[in-house]
Order: sequence, then C-alpha cells, then structure tokens
Amino acid sequence: MADYLPHTPSEVAEMLGFLGLDSLDQLFSLVPAAVRLSGGLDTPAGLSEPDVAATFQRYTAANRATSALTCFAGAGAYDHEVPAVVRALAGRSEFVTAYTPYQPEVAQGVLQAVFEFQTMVSRLSGLPIANASLYDGATALVEALNMAHGATGRSKMVVSAGVHPHWREVVTTFARGTGHEVVVVPLRDGLTDWSGVDVSDAAAIVAAYPNYLGVLEDLAPARARADESGGLLVVAADPVAAGVLRTAGQWGADVCVGEGQPFGTALGFGGPYLGLFACSLDEVRRLPGRIVGETVDSNDRRAFVTTLRAREQDIRREKATSNVCTNQTLMAVTAAIQLGWLGTAGLREVATRCAQGAHYLVDRVLQVPGVSAVSTQPFFREFAFRVPGRADDVLGAMADEGILGGLSVSALTRGPDPSAEAVEDVVLVAVTERRTRDELDRYVEVLAKVVGS
Amino acid sequence: MSAAGGRAASAPLMGHATEPTIFELSVPGRRAYQLRTTGVPATALNQLVPAAHLNEASVAMPEVSERDLVGHFTRLSHRQYSVDLGAYPLGSCTMKYNPKFCDQVAADPGLNTVHPGAPAPLIQGWLEILVTLEERLCAVTGMAAATLQPSAGAAGELTGLLLMRAFHEANGDVRTRVIIPDSAHGTNPASVTLGGYEVTTVPSNDRGLVDLDALRAALGPDVAGIMLTNPNTIGLFEEEIIEIATAVHDVGGLLYYDGANLNAILGVVRPGDMGFDIVHMNLHKTFATPHGGGGPGAGPVAVSARLAEFLPGPRAARAAGAGYEWTTPARSIGRVQGWHGNAMVLARALAYIDVHGAEGLLRVAQHAVLNANWLRRRLADTLPAAYDRTCMHECVLSATALKARTGARGLDVAKGLLEEGFHAPTVYFPLIVEEALMFEPTETESPQTLEALAEAVERIARRAETDLDGLHHAPQTTPVSRLDEARAARHLIATEDAADR
Repeated sequence: MADYLPHTPSEVAEMLGFLGLDSLDQLFSLVPAAVRLSGGLDTPAGLSEPDVAATFQRYTAANRATSALTCFAGAGAYDHEVPAVVRALAGRSEFVTAYTPYQPEVAQGVLQAVFEFQTMVSRLSGLPIANASLYDGATALVEALNMAHGATGRSKMVVSAGVHPHWREVVTTFARGTGHEVVVVPLRDGLTDWSGVDVSDAAAIVAAYPNYLGVLEDLAPARARADESGGLLVVAADPVAAGVLRTAGQWGADVCVGEGQPFGTALGFGGPYLGLFACSLDEVRRLPGRIVGETVDSNDRRAFVTTLRAREQDIRREKATSNVCTNQTLMAVTAAIQLGWLGTAGLREVATRCAQGAHYLVDRVLQVPGVSAVSTQPFFREFAFRVPGRADDVLGAMADEGILGGLSVSALTRGPDPSAEAVEDVVLVAVTERRTRDELDRYVEVLAKVVGS
Repeated sequence: MSAAGGRAASAPLMGHATEPTIFELSVPGRRAYQLRTTGVPATALNQLVPAAHLNEASVAMPEVSERDLVGHFTRLSHRQYSVDLGAYPLGSCTMKYNPKFCDQVAADPGLNTVHPGAPAPLIQGWLEILVTLEERLCAVTGMAAATLQPSAGAAGELTGLLLMRAFHEANGDVRTRVIIPDSAHGTNPASVTLGGYEVTTVPSNDRGLVDLDALRAALGPDVAGIMLTNPNTIGLFEEEIIEIATAVHDVGGLLYYDGANLNAILGVVRPGDMGFDIVHMNLHKTFATPHGGGGPGAGPVAVSARLAEFLPGPRAARAAGAGYEWTTPARSIGRVQGWHGNAMVLARALAYIDVHGAEGLLRVAQHAVLNANWLRRRLADTLPAAYDRTCMHECVLSATALKARTGARGLDVAKGLLEEGFHAPTVYFPLIVEEALMFEPTETESPQTLEALAEAVERIARRAETDLDGLHHAPQTTPVSRLDEARAARHLIATEDAADR
C-alpha cells in the first residue's frame, strides 16, 4: 500500500485538534449514515509502485504493439516520426502539470504555445482563425455541425460517406440530442456522388480530404452544393496532406476540422488525440472552446490571454456555443513543438514521402493475384483494396508475420451506423514517412503469401 | 506547525523577458528535422497526384534549429506555473500532485505504440486494462457498468444526458426538462442544451444546499432528471440527498452525478448508494492524471444496471472462456469519441487506483477534506467562509468583508497570491457567492504549505489596508502583470497572421 500524502500521524492529530475533532471520520458526519459505505471500497489492497509496474508488464506483454509490428494501419491514427527533442519538450512538467490558463500572469508558457499552435492550424487549413484544440477529429466535426446550425438556423447535415465511419457514427450519436438530421451521401468509385442529394435547407455540406479510403476528391462540387444550399462547407482534412495538397481554405471551406495526432502524439491506443478546428472570420463568435489572443499587460509588454470568453459555457451557460471545458491543450502544445521541429521543408517532405511510399506499395500490391483496387481514383497516402476472403483473416495472418497490414474496413464500419456496407473483403492500408523500401517490399511478399495460401 | 516541513510555493517564476514567437525566431533555410533513410524512390509528386490537388506554395512553418526549438519552449516553460512547481489551490479543479510513476507506466511502448484499430487478438493487454479500470470505477461509484470513451468531464455529461434520453425514449416517455441547481458548473447547462433538454434552475437555500421545497415544486412528469454535484460546488455535502433522490425518482426522473468533486468522498460514500443512476468521473481530477495545461482529461460515465444496455460501444469485455473482446451493448447510443477514449489517461488512472487500493483512496478523501477544513478555519478571520460549517474537499471563502473594509476585491487577493508564489484559487465561482474565492488545497499539500498559503493571504489582507493601489497592480513579480483583456476581445489577434497585428 502506497500513497502520496505528506502528513505525519502527529500532524494529522494536530490538524484535527485545531478543528476540535478527534478523528478523520468526524469530518464526514454530515453524510447520512444510511448511505455511508461500510467495509470500504471493493477494490484490491494498495500495492507499491514496483508491484503495480509488474502487473502492467503483464498487460503490455499481452499486446502486440507497433514497436513489435511494422505499422501500415492508419484511418486517422498514424505511425509518424516523433523525435527525442519533441518528447523531451512536450514532457516538461510545466506544460504537463498546469491547468487551464485562468491566471494569464503565470500561464504565458501555455498561452503563447497555443497561440503559435493556432497560427499553424490556421495556415494548414488555409482559414484565418483556429481554436485552442478539441478532443479529437470526430468531436471537432460535431462542433463544426453545431456551428453550422448556429450560423444557418437549420438542422440538416449532408455528410459524405467518405468521412471516417467512426466520425459519422459520433455525429449520429450527438444528433440524438441536437435533433440534427444526418443525410449520408454515398460513394461511387471512391468519390462522393453529390448529384442525387437534396441539399435544400442544409446547414452543412461535409466532405473529407482525402476521404477515409484515401481518395483525393475534387471539392468543387461540394462547394457548389454548399453555395446552392446556403449552408457551410465543412472539410475534414488530413493535416499532414496539407503539407503538399491544396488547403481546405483554397477549396473554399468555411470550416476545416482534422485529427492532429500525426503531429507528435503517440498512437496511444487512440487517445488522447487532438481535434483541429479552423473557420472563416464570419463564424468567429460561434467558435467552440478556447481561443488565445494577443494583448498587452499593464506595463505594455506583449502578452497572451484566452479571449472571446463570452461564448463559453462558464459564462453563457445553457446558451454557450459548446460545452467544452477541458480540452487537449497538451497535445496542441505538442503539435506546435513537432511542427516547429519539422518546419516548412520537413512538413513538405513528410507529406511527400507518405505519398511516395503509398504509391510504391500500391503499385506492387495490385500485382498480387486476387487483389484489386476499390477505386481507380487518385489517392494520397492511404488506399483501399479487396482481397480474396475476409480482410480480418488476411490481416490476422499478416500479423503473424510481424506486419500490421492495415485495417479491415468492415471493422471500421461495424457498429450501429446504418450506412455500413458489406465490405468484409476490403483492407485499408496507410504508409508514413517511416516505412522503408524493405518494409514495403516485405509487405507485398507477405500479402502474396497470405492470399496465395 | 512546529516542523519546517516542505513548502510548495514558487516565487518568483523566471521568464520576465518577453519571448519572441517561434515565427519571429524563424530563419529561412534553418532546419531541425531528420527523417529515416527509407530507400523509397523519390518520384516527383506531380507524377503521383493530379496537379489540381497540389498546392504550388508551401505552408509556412517556423524554420529553426533544434537548439532554438529547445531554447524557445524551455523559456516558455519558465513562464508557466504548474503543480510540480507549487501549490495550485484552484477550486473545483483538484490540482493534486500527479505521481510520476503513472506517467512512466503510460510511456511504455507496449502501451503507447499500440494502434487503436488493431484487431482484438493483438490488443489483449489494452482490453484487460479497460475492463479492469471499468470494474474499479464501478466499485468506487457503486454502479453496474461504464463507458470509458468520453474525453473529459463535459463530454461525460453530454454522454450521460444522451443515456438519460435513450432510457426515457425506450420507455416511450417524452420528457423535456433537466433540473440543475444554481450553484452548478457552467458545463451542466451547456450540456443539457446539447442533450436536447431545457434547463430548469432550482435555487440554493440559506445553507448553500439544494432547496428541497423549490426542487419539489419544480418536479413533474416532464422532468427527465436532475444533475447534481455532491459535494456541491460550495464544497458542502448535500445532506438531504436521500430525500432529493426519492423526490426525483418518484416523478420517474433520473439522477445524474457530476463527478467533479468525487475526490472528497472516495471510500466514504458511493453515488450509487445515494441513489444516482448515471455518474461521470473526471479521472484527471480524482485519479491525478496530469491536466496538461487545459487537458487532456478523461470523463468515463458509469451507470446503474437498468441503463447499461444503452452505453456507447464498443466496450471491452471478458470473452467467454478466456481473453477479452469488444462488444456493443444491445441498444447503444453509439460512439461518443473517435476511438476508445483517452486511453493513455485511462492507463494512468488505473495505475493510480491500484497503488492506493481501497484504504489509500479513503485516505485521499480524508486528507483532502482535512486540508480544506484546516484552511477554512485558519482563514476564518481574514476571509470568512460563505457558509461556515464543515466543508468537504474545498472551501468557498468570501472577500465581501475585506472589500467593505479595505476596497480590495477577491480578484486582488487572487492576484496577490500569484505574487506570493502560489497559484490563485478559483475566483467568482460559484456565482451565488459574492466575491467568492474557492480554495481546494488537495490532499497532497503539506500542513507547512497550507500555513504558508494562509500567511500569504494574511499579508495580502494587511497590504489591502496600507497599499491598496499597489495591490491593485499586483502581480509584478510574475512574467507579465495584469492584462488588457478587453483589448484582446475588441481587437482579436488569434494568429501570427492576423490583420493589423
């Protein structure tokens, strides 16, 4: 049994004496006896740190981490390089053990780092304003739809089926509360078929760039449908792709959301990740969550502070733009550090290498007998292909050979998502700048062996 | 206290010189990054991707050396107060010490390099962690099942409200209102709106508790439920909780427990035993995971048996036979997060719980309540408590008397504390207390630190009598002094590229 309490028994006695009490138990005398817990919590007795560490060793040994597998899985969670310097700086306890900068005089470190982060997100999205982070890409999309509702007074959300299935599922979940109508627009040969959908009264038109199958869609039709409807164009973009591709802003997006995990955050079994959110100046008063702004202090020194606070839940309560309070600030600071490390050239090179590796791999994967492309459209760093038999089985056999060969699209679309298609035979493969030619060649070799057997 | 002991305070913070932004440090052509040698052919991008998709220009990021990068963010860190540096009695936020051990556990590559979409046979260890944590959290709260997906407290609240909605709808029951006390956190009403309900606010009585008569008057068949924080945001235990639960259940409503203040009651009383149906926990508060400058947190939601079938999926579960698998409850509301929740935060919380065990968690609550009551009593003459009786883990003091006597406001006390090397308490919350100063010392601060904090408050009060103008200009020893916040809002500069910067 261990704890982190400083009080000695005599100090506890002295403090109780100061309060005129005899026992710690008396501190809880206002808790009705009828509901008091007798016999203590039903949890195991406390252990020392080394003992708990031993239990965790057992947990970690039961995983097959990407440190032990070559990772070709993506779908919003990517195995990018995170250098020692980023880990060291992002792990500084001044950033890690602070909280929301309510007292800006002693929080300039986090505030300035977030200001720098906002600038980076604004540039990556090609939109003038970004907030200080949301939970993840999926919930950032939900906030974008709430913004669109606020901007238009409408409730119909027209969402491309190219948006990540998990994100669409999260959108559907939260629509239970807001009452938003979610209309899913199907894919045809990997591209959103905007032609047949009725966009009248749409609050938002939502497209993904690239879409979750990796396909690069021309966003001009989505922009046109947004213009036709009077709703906002919301683009869910891969922020790494923004290193070389047109930004959401260049495509005419009103709002850009994204998953910021690729910038310095570990795969970490899915979280904490980082919700990116940027928008046009028209919507700034409807932004969810925190924004850091620049100002001066009483000695006329430049300083940073959370601003436009009148939008937020602690002030506007039931009329707030969002309920977000605690967000993912540490991941935002981490992203600022990672992007500072990459710089202009590094960001471009990472994005380029992702595309080069993915195309090298796909050219060879499609030579494997029995394997075929899901779409003939241009792609960026992720690609979906059909295998003979079930994708789950193929991936399981590849894992036995030390390769996490991608994700099964049926696993991504499983769940109560009514748009889920029968895609049991589709593998979604992702390539990052970390994958070597030898690893790519081995992927093809193992895939051929697995599907040939 | 007789012994010198260890005092957790920091005066002054370093970093008085303004730090340039990283963009201002940028020199074209300078670089820090290094990538792996891959041997992949460097095919030109325009042969891989149609020109219509390519951005001819590069997105401009800072161009700095690794040494510049380290210098910049280290200097920024010197302009930042943190728990590791000193006491952080920010009420309602439970800024206790975050054990380094828990961070080390989470840093293991066997946990933090696992892809969230990997098939179940490859992630048995993670699934066991999730199942074990869910069991621990149910034991702590007295509930039947939990979702670990919500990323923070507010996300947990909204998840809980959607569960409430799903429950009533499954019973064919149309309900429109959720009741919230006037002392509630702002996230409560904001979440209620997003959950598709209307807020009905009930007042507090003269003892700082829910006014039971007013509550009964507000109840009816259209009430979906009530959101309560217990102990409440004044740091007081809702003594009539049994009567409240009975009244709400009698009209068919559900009780939602906002776990913001769960730290106070660990091992003493469980929300489930008080009659709550839905409970969110803030793992970053109660189970000491680092707050990260404003997050990440984790906001799991535990429910009673009758609500379990509506929980978000997928959930980790014990498989028939051996091992672990994903399952989705029969009438699940669906996912509330992109993957499985803030997993690395969840792992830290499990490590914290297992180090403490049942007895250790009880001591956490006891010492948190002891520290808060000691501080309340110690400051009784300087800043009297808004409601002067035994509090729980935090005490809401009021600067009303100080203001009447000297002209110094609660904000001045808070700013004075920054100059003294402490973090400030929460100011002007809850809204129902005038000149509120909410102190939550937490269990990990020593008696010596509490004494030093109390003496600092007393010095500030004396200064208010002799040097009020000076106090109005505090803090001056911090990296920056009081800010022109109105200017920040009037002329928004939220990026390096803002017009007219």
